[in-house]
Amino acid sequence: MNAALFIILGTILFSALLGIYAGRHVKMNLENWTVGGRQFGIVIIWLLMAGEIYTTFTFLGASGWAYSKGAPTFYILAYGALAYTLSFFILPALWKVGKKHGLHTQPDYFVNRYNSRALGILVALIGVFSIIPYLQLQLTGLGLIVEVASNQAIPSRLAIAISFVLTCVFVYTSGIRGTAWVSIVKDIMMIVAVLVVGIGVPIIYFGGFGNMFRTLIEQKPQYLVLPGGTSHMGVIWVMSTLLLTGLGFYMWPHVFGSVFSAKSANIIKRNAIIMPIYQIPILLIFMVGFTALLVIPGLANGDMAFLELVNKTYPSWFMGFVGAAGAVTAMVPASILVLFASTLLAKNVYKAGFNPKASDETVMRLSRFLVLVITTIALIFAIAFTEELVNLLIFGYDGVCQFFPGVVLGLFWKRVTKTGVFSGLIVGIAVVVVLIVSGRDPFLGLNAGFVGLAINSIVTLLVSLSTKPTDVKKLESEDRHDR
Amino acid sequence: MKKGTRIALILGAIPFITMVFALPLVNRIEPIILGLPFLLFWLLAWVVLTPVILALAYKLEKKYNPPEEGEDK
Repeated sequence: MNAALFIILGTILFSALLGIYAGRHVKMNLENWTVGGRQFGIVIIWLLMAGEIYTTFTFLGASGWAYSKGAPTFYILAYGALAYTLSFFILPALWKVGKKHGLHTQPDYFVNRYNSRALGILVALIGVFSIIPYLQLQLTGLGLIVEVASNQAIPSRLAIAISFVLTCVFVYTSGIRGTAWVSIVKDIMMIVAVLVVGIGVPIIYFGGFGNMFRTLIEQKPQYLVLPGGTSHMGVIWVMSTLLLTGLGFYMWPHVFGSVFSAKSANIIKRNAIIMPIYQIPILLIFMVGFTALLVIPGLANGDMAFLELVNKTYPSWFMGFVGAAGAVTAMVPASILVLFASTLLAKNVYKAGFNPKASDETVMRLSRFLVLVITTIALIFAIAFTEELVNLLIFGYDGVCQFFPGVVLGLFWKRVTKTGVFSGLIVGIAVVVVLIVSGRDPFLGLNAGFVGLAINSIVTLLVSLSTKPTDVKKLESEDRHDR
Repeated sequence: MKKGTRIALILGAIPFITMVFALPLVNRIEPIILGLPFLLFWLLAWVVLTPVILALAYKLEKKYNPPEEGEDK
């Protein structure tokens, strides 16, 4: 067995064992499994949120876009800072509602705020449909990384199967605690890989990043301003994409749900302050992409730029380290996605739609079973279809972003109604689907999801104002009765 | 709206103004600052400054708004 292979397999196994170990001595009930008993402090929350942000897409996607598109990739550096700024104002209020009503998931919030099981089911289904392509993307990215890093010794499908089955095991045993612990391994390895490669390659090939940029300005200056190497990703596209992703970020069911695992609203607020610091290493990932553009131009798949450059520059054991970091970087978000998709289906579709009397133990058992089902479906998807993932991911973002008016107006505007949110959500999704399917994304230079969100917001406002307000008092008394 | 909340919201608008709405004005390579082309430098600078802005918002909000029941320090 060569060194790279040993490092990759060892890391995957170690992470899985750590994830399983995290759940020891903890009596697993629904509260513990999905929100860690609401007892996570600032460090764990930071790790968990970072685990959700730094995914395979950041690793390969940010460098890949720098390589193939240039400046439009800069949105990946900036949108996080916008999302955290927004979270500073929105999430503490959301946490308080969650604490007060014992909420675990995003649809719980909608059911609670708008007193509508049907709305909860719709939100849960949109959430799961948005998660599956995202999950698939992590898996495919993982397969790609491990295959290249192990020098084809581990075929992509085998890598996907092994690491995903192990991920599934620690999600099954430890729930979100497992994820939080594995996040630590992931963050350390990822940061080392990014620092070494991001600082290293511009120095090795150009003596420093300043000189690398000077060379780029001489050879391909158009890559450093919008629309970069593309024809359609200009200033307007980046502005609308920044708003879409900045507003949409916390609308992902799993990111939304992680808010409820914090110990207090204050922790969430302090977390929002420090999170932007975590974005800064993305700059280094861009440097890798730009260096690759100059050193190894002409790759068919830009997403391979990071790996190909590491392969060309560093010894094979380091390539193994990068491969291992990449594998864990996919396992952590994958574990969160599986956990949330299964909870959404069990709690917010099965229990809410078919069996309102189901006990927490039944829901928990079904969630665990669904972990296996969703794992299998995503595995089949990832192995059978390996292309067009970026389109699916963008569609996922376009979809979850449509929750924004319902969430934010629900928190801060008493007058917003069930019918308003329902109409806005359906119109928003319909606009996005029509624009994308008919090939009109971007529309007038704007990101299609942003167009959907704008129309969705207007519809939500207008319909809310013309319908009877939701009876909040009735809702609160029913909630007490439920519990 | 409480005074602390208002101040915090005004501070919170800064990252949106600088990183989104000012984009048409900063889409340029020159001047190169710290070795970075201007557009990249601009975005990076505001990503670095965002925690500072939010920390300030947090402090001022605490100062002007009375602490809420059940909130830890």
